[in-house]
Amino acid sequence: MIALGVESTADNLGIGVVAGDGRVLANVLDVHVPAEGGIHPREAARHHSECMGGAVRRALDEAGVNAKELDIIAFAQGPGLGPCLRTGATSARALACYLGRPLVGVNHCVAHVEVGRMATGAEDPLTLYVSGGNTIVSGYESGRYRIFGETLDIAVGNCLDTFARAAGLEYPGGPDIERWAARGEKLISLPYTVKGMDLSYSGLLTAVTAELQTGRHRVEDLCFSLQETAYAMLGEITERALAHTGKPELLLTGGVAANKRLGSIVRSIAEEHGAKPYVVPIRLAADNGAMIAWTGILAYNSGIRTPVESSHVNPNWRMDQVEIPWRS
Amino acid sequence: MEKLIARGAEADLILTDWNGLRALVKTRKPKRYRHPELDRQLRRSRTRAEADIIHRAKEAGVPTPLIYQVDPENAVIVMEYIDGVKVRDLVDKLGDEERTTLFHRIGGYAGTLHRAGVIHGDLTTSNIIKSGDRIVFIDFGLSEVSNEVEKRGVDLNLMNRMLTSTHYRHQEQLLEAFKVGYRETNPEAEEALQRMEEVARRGRYIEKN
Repeated sequence: MIALGVESTADNLGIGVVAGDGRVLANVLDVHVPAEGGIHPREAARHHSECMGGAVRRALDEAGVNAKELDIIAFAQGPGLGPCLRTGATSARALACYLGRPLVGVNHCVAHVEVGRMATGAEDPLTLYVSGGNTIVSGYESGRYRIFGETLDIAVGNCLDTFARAAGLEYPGGPDIERWAARGEKLISLPYTVKGMDLSYSGLLTAVTAELQTGRHRVEDLCFSLQETAYAMLGEITERALAHTGKPELLLTGGVAANKRLGSIVRSIAEEHGAKPYVVPIRLAADNGAMIAWTGILAYNSGIRTPVESSHVNPNWRMDQVEIPWRS
Repeated sequence: MEKLIARGAEADLILTDWNGLRALVKTRKPKRYRHPELDRQLRRSRTRAEADIIHRAKEAGVPTPLIYQVDPENAVIVMEYIDGVKVRDLVDKLGDEERTTLFHRIGGYAGTLHRAGVIHGDLTTSNIIKSGDRIVFIDFGLSEVSNEVEKRGVDLNLMNRMLTSTHYRHQEQLLEAFKVGYRETNPEAEEALQRMEEVARRGRYIEKN
């Protein structure tokens, strides 16, 4: 069994080729970098459609697979930016129809969890999934990934990216903020907003941006304080959810999983609660096609098919709406 | 006699004898993963707020543990030990009618709390104990005093999220009973319940109908 996965929910265009036993044969990534500002959905979609053909070809070449050898075509059906999703879906439909192979629509957030489980060997983890667009604490329970906590407004990655832009740092913001934070010393008091197992980052972003504009602080200290506050909030809701669910494992996944400070927080919490910590490997952390292909394989093996006529994208598709038959 | 009865995410709970009373010692432990300054500040302010707000809730007529002693610097509260079962563990064991009655009463107390200006901040079934006939609200560590509709809405949304994630088998029934009780004790219930739905819709990826 060989699956091709198309990921195009936001600024990353990813084409992955994955074998039925989980071997990643190719994982091609083509990132849209805006000339200025954040992601413009239409511009990102245009990038994806222009790069799609080349990315598919590169993925097949790298995998050493002929298109005719593909067994299924999986694509990220949601959640994400509408124009970007539609570009990926259109290409996936075209490939599936042309090759006469089944199409499998995959939930992008579920895919981040599944690729984390596959790559780390975690079986039944509580998962902290953090990226530019998502901040979700979830765990499997009776047929679905239940959401125990999530952001009430913007994602942690979005908060970091927007601040990084305001401070003239690189995009994406996480890595550069971590570099500057390493030279920070002073903890500036910033809003810390946890509501039960949910959290909020919009107030933190407003406050840290306002502190930046006063010109009174070193950027190093601002990065340090932003990182300490933002990740402590994540630590707290993760710990609450871990205590609440009693899961034996804790998995960190998504683009922000590459952050070392956050990784150390997750490990410390897991240790405290006797859970085993897992962090998704960097090459599978950011949005990528391999995770879509792999989740497509799991779904396909459980009998899930997405007929072309019902393969419309769903930009608001929550991960807790998805049936997970391969785990029941 | 000292016995560790729970290690929560935030605090250790130790059952002890306090001047002849069965008491619970709640200690907010330092978190290694947090910056020490941030950690100290959070533990101190939450300890103080919890003790204040437990009193306020009790005055409004919502059963809460009695506070015996508070030490904000060391983040310790000594309080009455409530012997009972967490509602979280009870829901699936009850009959249909009992379940409705229970959530009707819980909704009523939640309405009373909000009417008294108390936002619980972690309104979940893990933080409500059924002790004999009493329904006791605990863990006010994330509580605050506010009459803002927004904060009430967020509080109610927490309860509904708990019903959706943990008590999904009975979510609709429980939410309905909760709402009935909430409306009975809070004249501003409609506004808060409406806000609860708005808060939920504001979340990521909600079907917006």
